[in-house]
Amino acid sequence: MMEELLERADLPESPIAPEVEESWVPPAPPAGLDTALYQHDEREARADLRRQIAAMELALARLFGSAFPRKGIDFAVAGMGGPRLLSADELERVRDGLATRIQDVKADLHDYAVVEEANRELIEEMVADPASHRWERVCNEDIGEPGCKHWHAKPRWGVLGMLLGWWQVKISSGCPLAKGLRPPESRWRRRDSAASGAGARPLANR
Amino acid sequence: MAELPDQWEVAPEPGWIEPALAEEFPGLSIVSTALETTTGRSPEALKERLRSLSDRIAGAQAILLRQQPIPWAYRVFFRHIGLDPDTTRTPIEQLIFERIHDGRFKSRNRVDDALTIAMVEVGVALRAFDADRAEGRLGLRLSAEGEGFEGRVSPLPEGTIVVADEKRPLGILFDKTAEGRGVKRGTRRVLLVAISVRGVPDIALEEALWVAGSALRA
Repeated sequence: MMEELLERADLPESPIAPEVEESWVPPAPPAGLDTALYQHDEREARADLRRQIAAMELALARLFGSAFPRKGIDFAVAGMGGPRLLSADELERVRDGLATRIQDVKADLHDYAVVEEANRELIEEMVADPASHRWERVCNEDIGEPGCKHWHAKPRWGVLGMLLGWWQVKISSGCPLAKGLRPPESRWRRRDSAASGAGARPLANR
Repeated sequence: MAELPDQWEVAPEPGWIEPALAEEFPGLSIVSTALETTTGRSPEALKERLRSLSDRIAGAQAILLRQQPIPWAYRVFFRHIGLDPDTTRTPIEQLIFERIHDGRFKSRNRVDDALTIAMVEVGVALRAFDADRAEGRLGLRLSAEGEGFEGRVSPLPEGTIVVADEKRPLGILFDKTAEGRGVKRGTRRVLLVAISVRGVPDIALEEALWVAGSALRA
C-alpha cells in the first residue's frame, strides 16, 4: 500500500499540452527573454510533488517514532488552509516545509545522541569509580530511554559512608506501579522527594 | 461480552467524485450505506467493546500509528489538501489522542461509539449523517463560489472539498457537518459514510462499514 503512494503515477494525456509538431520549443530560451512560450500543464508537477510529500511524511513519521521518549522536538509543518486543491506552488511550500522539518529533527536527534552517548560513558565511569563522581545522578531520560530508572552515586550507610569514603552507585528500581487511588494526604506523606512511592509511611508508625 | 449479530451484510453504495478531484486524487472514494437504528445511549455490549478496545490501545501504538499504512495514507492526503495533520488530526489519530488523553475511549452515544470502534479497528475515516435528510447519492466535490453551508453565516470559500448529496453540502471533508444534517436524538436512519484515499485498500472500506453497522445493531 505504501509503495502505491510513493510510485510515480502515469497521467493521461493533457488537453492543453502542446503538440510536438505544432510548437517546437528550443532547449533554452534566448538570453533576456523571460516570457512564457506556452502554457505548461502542471498536473505532472503536482503529482510528482505529492509523491515527494508522501515520501517525506513517511520519513518524518519514522523520525517521530525513533525520537520517543525525547521531548521538545518540533515535528509541526504548517498547513496551507484547506481542505482544497493546492497549486503546484503551494505543494512546493508543503514539500519544502517537510524537508526543512526533517533536517531540523535530524539535527536535534544528533544533538541528543551526542549528549546521551556522553551520559552513557558517565554511567560507566560512575560504576567503575563512584568516589570520583560523588552525588552525580543520571536518569533514563538522559540516555534517551523511557522509564524512571536512574543511577545515583551516593555513600553507603549515609554520613558514616560519606566520612569513610564508602561510595557506591545505586540503581533505582524504576517507576512505581499504579495501584489504585493514593491514600489520603492527612495520614500519609512521602518521606523524601524521590519518584518512588516506597518511602511513604504512615505518620503514626514513626 | 454480548454477541454482535453476524447475519447482517453491508451493502455499500459507491458515491460520485467530481472529475477535477478524481483527476487530481486517484484513489479518492466515498461509499455509504444506510441502516435503521436507534440513537441515544450505548447498550452495555457496545460499552464493553469500547472498554476492551481501550485495553488494547496504549502509548506504544499511538507513537507508531503514523507509520502504519492506512493512518499514514490519511496523513499524506491531509498534506495534499492543505491540512496539517498535527493540527487538524486525522480521524483515527484524533481518537487515539483522546484515548491517551482521557485514559479510555469514552462512551458518548450509540452512533459515535460504533464509529469509534470501526475507525480504531480498521483505520478508515467514517462519519454519519441523517439518512432521511440526504437527497440522492453522496459524493465529494468542490464548493462553488458563494455557496452556503447550513450553520455557517458566511459562504464556504470557493473550492473547499465537501461531502455533498445531489442538492447541497452535508459536511466539509474531515471537518464540520452542516447543521441539521448530522445524526441527532430521534434520527431513525443513519447514513454511514466511509472516505477512502489512495493507499487504503477497498476491502478496508467494506470492513469498516460492516464493523460500524454491526456495532450499531448490537
